[in-house]
Amino acid sequence: MKKTIIVFSGEFDKVTAAFVIANGAAAMDDEVTMFFTFWGLNALRKDMHVPTSGKTVLQKMFGAMMPRGPKKLTLSHMNFAGVGPKLMAKAMRDENVMPLTELIATAREQGVKFIACTMSMDVMGLQKDELLDGIEYAGVATYLGEADEANVNLFI
Amino acid sequence: MSAQTEELKALTGTTVVDARGTSCPGPILAAKKAIGTVPVGGVMEVLATDSGTLKDLPAWAKKMGHDFLGHYEDSGYLRLFLKKMK
Repeated sequence: MKKTIIVFSGEFDKVTAAFVIANGAAAMDDEVTMFFTFWGLNALRKDMHVPTSGKTVLQKMFGAMMPRGPKKLTLSHMNFAGVGPKLMAKAMRDENVMPLTELIATAREQGVKFIACTMSMDVMGLQKDELLDGIEYAGVATYLGEADEANVNLFI
Repeated sequence: MSAQTEELKALTGTTVVDARGTSCPGPILAAKKAIGTVPVGGVMEVLATDSGTLKDLPAWAKKMGHDFLGHYEDSGYLRLFLKKMK
């Protein structure tokens, strides 16, 4: 049965947890929809600079200050000004945990549906070209429609 | 050594999936990937080092409608067996 996950947080550890669950559910033949909103959108950002147009000063500032993609996310605890994520990445490598980039790629291979919240994209000035290609864009009604069909719904 | 272990060791013609060295959710991703190559009624053996697999693979098998047959420990890793039912 379908599972829906709201990815609101943009920290490395929380996004990793979301993708471990998504991949596990997909491996158990469940349909999975991940709805990315606010800081969670940063997990979908491409890691290179993408030229954009029509952004306000505030939106440009958001764009420059927010992490570009999964490799740039910070930790929710023990971030230590950027050293924390490197230590966490090493700990995960040592324990053979799939890196977040690979978890995201595997989720896509398994058919997990990614939906980006267009309202928060507008607020933060994130444009479609800045996010992973081939994802869907929608709002709260789409998410609620999906959640109605699901028996597990997580807010991370 | 239990009788069950003897039974598991006696199984032949199994499809072996080596998920050793991967952590959660690696073993069930590997199982999911390989189950398509197993004929219905065939046995799949999953090799794993993540101890959580002891609980996770039976849970996966139950959800997918396959029969978890059991496991035994080899030198430093787990050998888990399930029968594909559909």
